[in-house]
Amino acid sequence: MLRTGRFVSIMAVAGLLFLYIPILLMMVLSFNASRLVSVWGGFSLKWYGELFANDQLLGAAWLSVKVAAVSATLTVVLGTLAGYVLTRFGPFRGRAMMAGMVTAPLVMPEVITGLSLLLLFVAMEDFIGWPQGRSPTTIIIAHATFCMAYVTIIVQSRLAQMDGVLEEAAQDLGARPWRAFVDVTLPMLAPALVSGWLLAFTLSFDDLVIASFVSGPGSSTLPMVIFSKVRLGVSPDVNALATLLIGFVGACVFIYSWRVGRRARQRDA
Amino acid sequence: MSSAIETQPVGTAGGADAAPFVRIEGITKRFGAIVAVNRIDLDIQRSELFCLLGGSGSGKSTLLRMLAGFEQPSEGRILIDGQDMTGVPAYERPVNMMFQSYALFPHMSVSDNVAYGLRRGGVPRAEIRKRVADMLDMVKMGDYAQRRPHQLSGGQRQRVALARALVKQPKLLLLDEPLGALDKKLREETQFELMKIQAQLGTTFIVVTHDQDEAMTLASRMGVMRDGRLVQVGGPRDLYEFPADRYVAQFIGAVNLFDGVLIEDEPGHARMRCEEAGCVIHVGHGVTGTLGQTVHLAIRPEKINLAHDRPAQDENVTPGTIDEVAYLGNLSVYQVRLDTGRLIHVTLPNLDRHEGNVFEIGNRVYCSWGPASAVVLPA
Amino acid sequence: MSGQGASAAEGRPKRRLGRNSVIALPYAWLLLFFLLPFAFVLKISLAEADIAIPPYTALLDWIDNTTVAIQLTFAKYQLLLEDRLYLAAYLNSVKIAAIATGLCLLIGFPIALFIVSRPVHARIFWLAVVMLPFWTSLLLRVYAWVGILQSNGLLNTLLLDLGLIHQPLVLLHTDLAVYIGIVYSYLPFMVLPLYAALEKLDATLLEASADLGARPAVTFATVTLPLALPGVIAGCLLVFVPAVGEFVIPALLGAPDTLMIGRVLWDEFFANRDWPMASAVAIVMLVALVAPVMVFRARETRKADGA
Repeated sequence: MLRTGRFVSIMAVAGLLFLYIPILLMMVLSFNASRLVSVWGGFSLKWYGELFANDQLLGAAWLSVKVAAVSATLTVVLGTLAGYVLTRFGPFRGRAMMAGMVTAPLVMPEVITGLSLLLLFVAMEDFIGWPQGRSPTTIIIAHATFCMAYVTIIVQSRLAQMDGVLEEAAQDLGARPWRAFVDVTLPMLAPALVSGWLLAFTLSFDDLVIASFVSGPGSSTLPMVIFSKVRLGVSPDVNALATLLIGFVGACVFIYSWRVGRRARQRDA
Repeated sequence: MSSAIETQPVGTAGGADAAPFVRIEGITKRFGAIVAVNRIDLDIQRSELFCLLGGSGSGKSTLLRMLAGFEQPSEGRILIDGQDMTGVPAYERPVNMMFQSYALFPHMSVSDNVAYGLRRGGVPRAEIRKRVADMLDMVKMGDYAQRRPHQLSGGQRQRVALARALVKQPKLLLLDEPLGALDKKLREETQFELMKIQAQLGTTFIVVTHDQDEAMTLASRMGVMRDGRLVQVGGPRDLYEFPADRYVAQFIGAVNLFDGVLIEDEPGHARMRCEEAGCVIHVGHGVTGTLGQTVHLAIRPEKINLAHDRPAQDENVTPGTIDEVAYLGNLSVYQVRLDTGRLIHVTLPNLDRHEGNVFEIGNRVYCSWGPASAVVLPA
Repeated sequence: MSGQGASAAEGRPKRRLGRNSVIALPYAWLLLFFLLPFAFVLKISLAEADIAIPPYTALLDWIDNTTVAIQLTFAKYQLLLEDRLYLAAYLNSVKIAAIATGLCLLIGFPIALFIVSRPVHARIFWLAVVMLPFWTSLLLRVYAWVGILQSNGLLNTLLLDLGLIHQPLVLLHTDLAVYIGIVYSYLPFMVLPLYAALEKLDATLLEASADLGARPAVTFATVTLPLALPGVIAGCLLVFVPAVGEFVIPALLGAPDTLMIGRVLWDEFFANRDWPMASAVAIVMLVALVAPVMVFRARETRKADGA
């Protein structure tokens, strides 16, 4: 264990406060009866009421959930294949190119990804008549493409830690490669796939820029609706929405880390 | 095999008339520019316990992986029980492997690990249960069937790995450093257990190891590998007493090596003049060489005797001074500085607790050995 | 470990087919949806804007069955060079991203050190504390600063109430707000690779350094920092690259004249409907920003593999 001085602790706590104060303030403001941020008008749930009466926001949220779930699932399938091919298949023609393409979206500005995919969809529609206009489908394809990098990296690093000898052992005992993958590789990968899916879901659910390019009229995702609202200034029902989202995510993250931490402590003991 | 081995006075074990169970024909494996295994020919008989001995990078593991089907040879072919294995994938070979790391599936219980191969083979459920139970009993792991691998000790894991590899009743079992992960004490116990199980089942075993003691203990026959080549094949005794070259002599056991000039060569004996040893060396076997030729001689440390007084012999005796003594309990290792300047090793058993025949640093001694002790190396 | 599946799959055509189709699926996806689009970006950057759907001119014009007129124009690239706005936007983006990256490193390093100094089972908790904001919407976190920084916002109210200022400060829609937004949003991306690098650091090395007479600050500079360097580089790339192309933060927190290249591209596309101009901006960004970073990363990876 590394030992550090008091200076580091003070800096770290200051940094963490910097991370959390804005979020906490936003949560407090969501219960503020006043529309003005500088005036405390008393505790109220009225913004939550407004939020749940706002069909546009709720519709967009539901669309975002659907898009994120489908694209995360697609991402996990593609990312697992790519990660497996890159770690376990050894050299093949075009491997370097594939490795480059897989990780490139990590350093690709979102505006470029969005623009280039839109231009592709327009050209494809021109040539083969598909996809017809922009729709949730085009958002799903775009999100799966840019999230694939993250899942591939997660799968790759998990596979690299994992002993390839286990898959050989399965084959040695008579399992065909596909069977060995299902019996041995997949169970070992499961935690990585779950976190990959969650990451892809979050990235998709959060994405404003790419979705703005490739979504069609009538398929506005939640970030797009929020963006058009907050561009005009503070909007208290967005505070309420943020509070609900952060509360949900925070609960999930802390339950997860608590369980992992407990397991780690049991192992130590 | 090369002619070097045919010059050995003792024949190799295993009936030469029986058709070999495993036949390795001219196997070469290249990884890019590196030749990991270089034109190996080897026959292994049914029910043999064959050890492949070699240092790291000698190609022994690559050879094993080719037998298992994880690597395809660049040249040559492998026949198992008369069947050509070329292009047969690992999962279709009648071969199972015990991995060095054991490779137990961490997400499966002990019995599921052992049952895995039978399930892939489509064995009926009831039979699987019975065979798994029998096999676990044989390796004394019956009480641990429901444990997970991480709940087992190293020795227990090793038994499970063995059970898993044996339960399919493979024609050939490959063991990659089977005892490497165990501590010294456990290793010795397990060696004999492994031999017992092999004798009981009659399965052909090929063991890869870098540990010469392990190979000597386990093997009915062994092969020494170096730089991708098979240097020598034979019984443990053949390899120890009649090493094919200086590498084998040094790799298996400790040895004192000398260069000598051949001065007499008869069918029953030979004489060498040896400057380094400071005496004429007489060996009790013939050498196929020409007089005046330089030959390599090997004398094992335990075959040299030490005495305070000069023994009554003219040959195979040379004076020196004790330079260093290491007391190992059952025996003592002496470093003797010969008067020629050469340092040699001598080991003597500590037969009794009296101090009568103890040699101390600085003592003048005579090193001597019999004609059957030194051996001329073919290379 | 690699190459094992490969060699086992050599030989039989049936197994070859299975292996190749496993490679083909992700490969084809990437070729179609990642690589091919850039060809269209390049193509359209060489076209003229047009009032049509889609709003650009065709490059190929069929005059009759045998003759094709190719209309390429470098007008957009010429404009990129001539109009100071674009160059200024590029430089400004790089400057803002670089400063923000440096700030992230300064704030992130103590946090990473702090987490590594916790007992192993507590680290995952602290890591979760740092990563939690990342799992929530970036847009909402940036938006939280609007309420804090606006002229009648929380910070101004606080400062006025404390009597430290008498006039509300202009905080929102400034470069300062953009810096705050970028540092705030990307801090987790800096902490994570730093943590990963520091976690691998052997604490006995620091003890050895102290044992050999180095004071803590010297140990930090001569042992901790060099060994954490891969994490520093990774973290800086993860912050710098997306920050250069950032759109949301300058759009919500920046001034109307805070020029950042992502925002320029966005406006060309959505406000001016000038697809060729947006494409030309994207191509220049690819060449000037993404390509060097990818080359750098490839070199780092090769170095790491060689070591």
